Amino acid sequence: MRVNGEETVLRNSATLLRFLQTQGFDPKAVAVERNGAIVARADFGTTELAADDVLEILRFVGGG
Amino acid sequence: MAKIMRHDADRAPYLKTMQALDSDLLDDVLDAVEGFDPARYGAAEVEAALARPRLGTADFAALLSPAAIPHLEAMAVRAKAETQKHFGNAVSLFTPLYIANYCVNQCVYCGFNCTNDIHRAKLDQAEIARELDTIAATGLEDVLLLTGETRKESDVDYIAAAVKLAAERFRLVGIEVYPLNVDEYARLHEAGADYVCVFQETYDPVRYGEVHPKGPKRVFSYRFDAQERAILGGMRSVSFAALLGLSNFRKDAFATGLHACLLQRKYPQAEVSFSLPRLRPHIKNIHENPHDVHERELLQVMLAYRLFLPFAGMTISTRERPGFRDHVVGLCATKISAGVSVGVGGHDKAEKGDGQFIISDSRSVEAVHRAIAARGLQPVYNDYVRV
Amino acid sequence: MNSTDDFRLGGKVFRSRFILGSGKFSHAMMRTVIENAGVELATVAVRRANAGGRENILEQVPENVALLPNTSGARTADEAVRIARLARELGCGDFVKVEVIADSRYLLPDNGETVKACEALVEEGFVVLPYMYPDLYAARALKAAGAAAIMPLGAPIGSNRGLLTRDFIRILIDEVDLPVIVDAGIGCPSQACEAMEMGCAAVMANTAIATAGDVALMARAFRAAIEAGRLAYRAGLGRTLAAGGEASSPLTGFLE
Repeated sequence: MRVNGEETVLRNSATLLRFLQTQGFDPKAVAVERNGAIVARADFGTTELAADDVLEILRFVGGG
Repeated sequence: MAKIMRHDADRAPYLKTMQALDSDLLDDVLDAVEGFDPARYGAAEVEAALARPRLGTADFAALLSPAAIPHLEAMAVRAKAETQKHFGNAVSLFTPLYIANYCVNQCVYCGFNCTNDIHRAKLDQAEIARELDTIAATGLEDVLLLTGETRKESDVDYIAAAVKLAAERFRLVGIEVYPLNVDEYARLHEAGADYVCVFQETYDPVRYGEVHPKGPKRVFSYRFDAQERAILGGMRSVSFAALLGLSNFRKDAFATGLHACLLQRKYPQAEVSFSLPRLRPHIKNIHENPHDVHERELLQVMLAYRLFLPFAGMTISTRERPGFRDHVVGLCATKISAGVSVGVGGHDKAEKGDGQFIISDSRSVEAVHRAIAARGLQPVYNDYVRV
Repeated sequence: MNSTDDFRLGGKVFRSRFILGSGKFSHAMMRTVIENAGVELATVAVRRANAGGRENILEQVPENVALLPNTSGARTADEAVRIARLARELGCGDFVKVEVIADSRYLLPDNGETVKACEALVEEGFVVLPYMYPDLYAARALKAAGAAAIMPLGAPIGSNRGLLTRDFIRILIDEVDLPVIVDAGIGCPSQACEAMEMGCAAVMANTAIATAGDVALMARAFRAAIEAGRLAYRAGLGRTLAAGGEASSPLTGFLE
């Protein structure tokens, strides 16, 4: 998988929600694009990741 | 089909030939005029208007009120600066050519009134061509073609043919004919016309009905919407005017200014300009009372127009005497006619048909040119290239 | 604040006409600045999250302050649309400040792409506030596209050079029927005050505060200046007598 531009290996099958939690992201504070499409927060728990997925995980920062 | 309006302005229903426009301009202008009470303004409002960098509607109203009369000189100083800022020292020259004076309207103030027993005439294409050649020989490059209102004698085909002839000889061709539909303006634009003059005469629907007792001109809103239809038909420039003295001239001038202002805001690419016809004696009614529009009031209106819309053109008519005309060009007027005949034809041969009004300045193009130059201004024949 | 002078934007009412840019502040300073500035609207950007990162800027933003995510990073309309959608997903309402900048030297916005982005985002139900170069045609196009306001720059971002574009901002105020919010270039409170006196609906500032000696105090200064400018505008500036010569002889002496 590619996450935020970096290669990583998906060890076990996992839902997006699981993945975020194990990686230390706060699911309530991020937005996720999977293969170019936004995944709704409500669907984090039911979205199964695939080994060749490209994820962008984004949050708000100070800016502007 | 009739036009839907808040104001009950039309005194006759739309003819089958008339296109109704879905536009708010008429209601917006009449709403504003309703709220304009010239007596309500005093010196304070006038001075505030003159000090403001950009005049709003209320400022325009103040400058048109009687309270502004003592401030005419201050208005003139500022108007001159605005004119120079937008137009430099250039003054454009043109002449009108009446190609026919048949008319089905009965406007009480006009020499072409269909009940007036005047000599009616209509130039054929060969005569039009000769008239145009004569005018072109004077060096003019801008001609305004006029007819009376009649779709029978002066139909759109006839006008289009004349426009074509004019476009072959002149850089700039304008038309001052009865109001037309969008596709008709488009056709005339295609034939070579770039500017359209339609005078509302008065913006007071009641008075309008009184002075237009019969004829298609009775449809107030169809006439009011003419400039907008002209723009939609591709015309580059439109002219506005009330016949000052027909009704309350201050309110009419206010309406005229707003009409131009709102149209330009709606169509930013449109060029707008003003004319200021003042009731003058004409053949059948030399005792018409001008309702207190003396030269002083006329100048006041001109200066107010200039300050309200600094970028708008302004034409000074041959109804006014040479001394007046010579002083207002460069001060606020930007366009002046020369070598004028207001009868049908009259340039190549003697007038074929009787004139619309009595002119006060019959100077030739050369004489007007010299007068302009003598005042340190630049006579301009054409500043436009049609692509 | 007088409630009859409410600042309305995208269906919301704000009592402050000061919009804070949240860049260039540490998260620690954020809350203090927001409180001193008295803002009810602050921008945020969208960036990649760090694994294990704990900082959530939203914790620094008080309840009553609405977030205005910007599309910074977008170089094209498509990228701006993408970022706006992500921002909305992050849960901040429908407001978005469209910034499309493909110029890393001066950070000048691309008006053409901005118009395109605005059209697309209005279609998707966003309340769009476009950052733009003060061009009348672009402003008209943005209004036609459904923008909720226009945000012309006063000077290049971060330059602190004030209202270099003041004459053109004035044209926008006069000609475009939308709130005009000056953004970028404001370097000191008096410039913010000037913008409000001219008739701007609101002012946005960031660098001038973030780089001040005493950040919180500067935030307060801006707040006061923006309020002062607005009051002056509502009061109506007095006459300034024009300098200039008088005609040697009267221009109206010819009348009969």
